[in-house]
Amino acid sequence: MVEVNALGKACPLPVIETKKAIEELKQDDTVKVLVDNEIAVQNVMKMAKHKNLDASSEKIDDNQFAVMIAVTGVGEKSEVEEEVNCQPDRRGKGTVVVLSSDVMGTGDESLGKQLIKGFVFALTKMEELPSKVILYNRGAFLSSENEDTIQDLKTLEAEGVEILTCGTCLNHYGLAEKLAVGTATNMYEIVESMMTASHIVKPS
Amino acid sequence: MEKEIVFCKGGGCTAKLGPAALSRVLQKLPKFEDPNLLVGFDHSDDAAVYRLSDDLAIVQTLDFFPPMVEDPYLFGKIAAANALSDVYAMGGDVKTALNIVCFPEKMDLNILGKILMGGSEKVREAGGVLAGGHSIADEDVKYGLSVTGTIHPDRIFENNRALPGDCLLLTKPLGVGIVCTAQRVGGASEEALKKATDSMEMLNKYASEIVRKYEVHSCTDVTGFGLLAHLMEMLDNKVSAIIDASKVPYISECDDYVEEFYITAAGQRNRNHVGDQVRFEECSFAMEEILFDPQTSGGLLVSMRPEDAKKALAELEQLGLPCGIIGEITEKQEILITVKG
Repeated sequence: MVEVNALGKACPLPVIETKKAIEELKQDDTVKVLVDNEIAVQNVMKMAKHKNLDASSEKIDDNQFAVMIAVTGVGEKSEVEEEVNCQPDRRGKGTVVVLSSDVMGTGDESLGKQLIKGFVFALTKMEELPSKVILYNRGAFLSSENEDTIQDLKTLEAEGVEILTCGTCLNHYGLAEKLAVGTATNMYEIVESMMTASHIVKPS
Repeated sequence: MEKEIVFCKGGGCTAKLGPAALSRVLQKLPKFEDPNLLVGFDHSDDAAVYRLSDDLAIVQTLDFFPPMVEDPYLFGKIAAANALSDVYAMGGDVKTALNIVCFPEKMDLNILGKILMGGSEKVREAGGVLAGGHSIADEDVKYGLSVTGTIHPDRIFENNRALPGDCLLLTKPLGVGIVCTAQRVGGASEEALKKATDSMEMLNKYASEIVRKYEVHSCTDVTGFGLLAHLMEMLDNKVSAIIDASKVPYISECDDYVEEFYITAAGQRNRNHVGDQVRFEECSFAMEEILFDPQTSGGLLVSMRPEDAKKALAELEQLGLPCGIIGEITEKQEILITVKG
């Protein structure tokens, strides 16, 4: 049994503390609430009723009352809460996208630029998003200079995708000041991300 | 160790004595008989009205309470708006006001200065004169006004003359008590608090001046007893009311705050007072609590003919606060108030 001592506390504190105690339960249990006035008893009983929990109260003496709440369905409650998660997490379980160039494929350069732009845009529309996007070598241009891809990378970042650009590469191309989305990273983090990824997606 | 003085402990109209406790005491007092006392205790009305001549009566009222917000200047404005409201609920005009102050000796006097500044601004806005006051050293801060206004004896808004077929007009949103309670335990958003304080500091002068252009059958201001207990007084066991919960203006954040149980003892006392005289039909729990929520400086609840109510509502909407026609008066039913969800 869990006891909430709310003696000497004015409404709404007894109710709020009781609610918190119920929410913290790991398993079905009884919560006993001590309060010092009848109105507080009624407010605590009202909350129990609203939560469809059985409750009873007794008067111990003029300034002391106990409310017993039988809390059931503790496990079920968290499942329900997961269901109502209104923004589903679209990030895939550990997919890492690696962009090592500002063009996609080999051949005509302007076609390659168009293709990489289309690739990043299409990435934002995937049902399952990568957990990280890593940009190195000329890929660094995509997160620092190319307005179109910057916008799409920002969209991904807003969904919780980590955007990591190689710091050495930014410096090499004189782009360090221009990084517009995500953070700069180092080779250790790049290697670790790739070693622990479930999949690596790399357009070549 | 010196006890810290807490400015805001949960005040406003949530600090009122419960209606049940109060009426037991008042019933035992001997009545004063004076034909010129047009409205007194026995009406459980908002203010007293005393006739001086055939075309002039004075309206008297006083109201004071502990802070419900942390900002002393804002508290002053709200407490004054609340005290002045009773005159407007009778259909009168404010003339003079006196400060009522309880203030701890050890507290910073600048705080008192800010409270009084807020109060005096509201008296000025009401078109009245602040003419003096009385202060007492006390453990807790309390502030309010004693207000005198004037009214024509034939044009008093009584609070118990609603007629079947009338519509019920509410001129401010409900839920300010819940929002202030949420704020006290750290759970209110800035937007919600702003909506509540904007509503509380708004004088009922403007709403009163609009509705008096029409035929007001009954009028009261919604304060500590919550909408339903004030409505029950208005029904006076002679008529019944049906409330359409979907039409009730309220501060929308209250839906969430009720789920967090940011509710007051006063709200529960109001529920007990109304008891089985009200029936909820498919009404959400949050709405029930909102209808029992004690209001500080709440709006006017006006009973008038449907066509008048519609026209008045169009004008009231210009004031910028959520308002609405929330229900109707019927012939007396077994249950005095039915709330339809």
